[in-house]
Amino acid sequence: MKFVDEFRNNEYSKKLVEKLNNISSEKINIMEVCGTHTMAIFRYGIRDVLPPNVNLISGPGCPVCVTPQSYIDTAITLSAKKDVIIATFGDMMKVPGKKGSLSKAKAEGIDVRIVYSPMDCIAMASENPSKKIVFLAVGFETTAPMTAITAIEAEKNNIKNLFFFTAHKIVPPAMEALVQDKELKIDGFLLPGHVCAIIGTKPYEFLSKDYNIPGVVTGFEPIDILQGLNTLVSLISKKDYRIENEYKRIVKTEGNIIAEKYLNKAFNIVDSSWRGLGRIPKSGLEFNSEYEDFDALKHFKIDYEEYDGSPGCKCGEILKGKIKPTDCPLYKKLCTPENPVGSCMVSSEGTCAAYYRYHKDVK
Amino acid sequence: MDDKITLSHGSGGVQTNKLINEVFFKYFNNDILNQMNDSAQVDIDFKKLAFTTDSFVVNPIFFNGGNIGKLAVCGTVNDLAVSGAKPLYLTSAFIIEEGFSIKKLEEIVKSMASEANKAGVKIVAGDTKVVEKGNVDGIFINTSGIGRIYENVNINCANAAVGDVVIVNGTLGDHGMTIMCERNKLGLEGNLKSDCACLNSLVDTMIEACDGIHVIRDATRGGVAAVLNEISEFSNVTIALEENNLPLKEEVKGATEMLGLDPLYIANEGKLCAFVPEAYAQKVLNAMRKHPLGLEATIIGEVTMELGNKVYLNTVVGGKRLVDMPSGIQLPRIC
Repeated sequence: MKFVDEFRNNEYSKKLVEKLNNISSEKINIMEVCGTHTMAIFRYGIRDVLPPNVNLISGPGCPVCVTPQSYIDTAITLSAKKDVIIATFGDMMKVPGKKGSLSKAKAEGIDVRIVYSPMDCIAMASENPSKKIVFLAVGFETTAPMTAITAIEAEKNNIKNLFFFTAHKIVPPAMEALVQDKELKIDGFLLPGHVCAIIGTKPYEFLSKDYNIPGVVTGFEPIDILQGLNTLVSLISKKDYRIENEYKRIVKTEGNIIAEKYLNKAFNIVDSSWRGLGRIPKSGLEFNSEYEDFDALKHFKIDYEEYDGSPGCKCGEILKGKIKPTDCPLYKKLCTPENPVGSCMVSSEGTCAAYYRYHKDVK
Repeated sequence: MDDKITLSHGSGGVQTNKLINEVFFKYFNNDILNQMNDSAQVDIDFKKLAFTTDSFVVNPIFFNGGNIGKLAVCGTVNDLAVSGAKPLYLTSAFIIEEGFSIKKLEEIVKSMASEANKAGVKIVAGDTKVVEKGNVDGIFINTSGIGRIYENVNINCANAAVGDVVIVNGTLGDHGMTIMCERNKLGLEGNLKSDCACLNSLVDTMIEACDGIHVIRDATRGGVAAVLNEISEFSNVTIALEENNLPLKEEVKGATEMLGLDPLYIANEGKLCAFVPEAYAQKVLNAMRKHPLGLEATIIGEVTMELGNKVYLNTVVGGKRLVDMPSGIQLPRIC
């Protein structure tokens, strides 16, 4: 398949692995911020071929994982309102709140439907005029523009029965919170390719300027990741703290200007709570006054009280990269994909899910 | 006949008889069914039989490459065939939602008859129930089947042994991705088509080429990953797959990539995994490749004792990853 097979080439990946093993022998900690990177790294067994001095730390870039428990509970509360249909990305279905998951609530009779794009909600709203559609708008800069466009389109078409329960988040402020954490020592970042496709590379410049940490934007195929690691390990070993782009086929320096325009049109930047990381200034998106009629919490007059945390669950420390899932006492014992305690175990991009699914005691 | 199924079609009276005669008997027509007894009466001349049942609730009912009826025949025929049995007789039971189109029902029954005919099996008994609107989603079908187990063939999922290679008869994930894309109206263009097919004649070809095949399983729900995990557990062996050798259609690769799904976990309805001692592998492959359902047959892995009863994949970059038993339903990712 074009643009996929070339990036899974056996011979070329072997060369990259060999090169990577000869750059530096110093101990290097690299965080891959994005959950899709975490999954791809496991899926292709990339940890197996890394030199022993290069340590990969999985970061908080899984949208489902950083959404607090109170969000799921409130979504279930919304679903119980008269004539409500909940529309959601599939990933959210199994995430446990204190009151259970959407999947369990569905079995008990709530109307929840999986969509592939928020734009599907416009058709759903038109086809169900007597219902109120509530879209669970989670995700980073990657999915937020789609929410913005959907709200803008709904407004243009005078659709009055579509609402959004928004918990969109912005990645760079969370990264800044991580580099300020003295317990963590991150020498370089693999930057999230999908997020960068929207916001470009400039929002990461603070890493070089303020913290002397280099970063490399990279894609999600094995060769992308290996190439990204080669560049990053080289930068770290030369103490060159710049931000490099190794995903030029998708990511432009200035990002996707059109998507950013829509984001700015519909949203304000606000402080936001990240599961496990706490409240981070200017790290979330909320509808501005022009689009606030689409805000499900306002429409249904719900007083949203934020909370999080299951007893014993170490998701917070795992999301910060302080411990590995295998260090959590619940991992594979009380917490499994069938009976998840934390969302990191159910999300398709969650670190615990990646470990559970792919981590072999097989080496 | 009106075009809608009503509750009276399931009430056992005139309308039921009319439906049975004008739809089911018309297409399933065979000597045993035509005896019209309360149970099918068949003569047998063998010692060991294979007996299986399966229910079909697929949505959409019609999809590119088949429909629920074709699936219901192929599913049960395949379960018999991969047990080393020659499929002989099927029963079929229908639960139909009031208001379902009779024309569509006829189309479903017609394709069941055609598939049964191709597979050389007879549909010898059946049942029809009609339920109120909303109680089922259109139509559900159950088929049961019996087959004669071939003598001198011992195919069993506990038989995989070190030194076996793992053969599949073609591309993986075609059925599951077709259904997922059609069900969710993903609007993907291309030629996604279900692989739904009866595999009994392919299995015959394979057994003819080598009577020492250790295991054959059809890789339906849960995909190849689920089947291989079961075999690994029952046979207590390690199964090592080669990522480079997994046969995938471009369309399936594209759709699974886009949705963040793993083709190893996606359902097939016309694919089998066979465990064959390496010495016979080429002979079996050659025979399979001469059969229309085995043209793309290939070796995807081997059996070892390296890691106990686990399935793993040697990745394109030279790493290894676990291929675990699937858990829950496959849901597409957010981004």
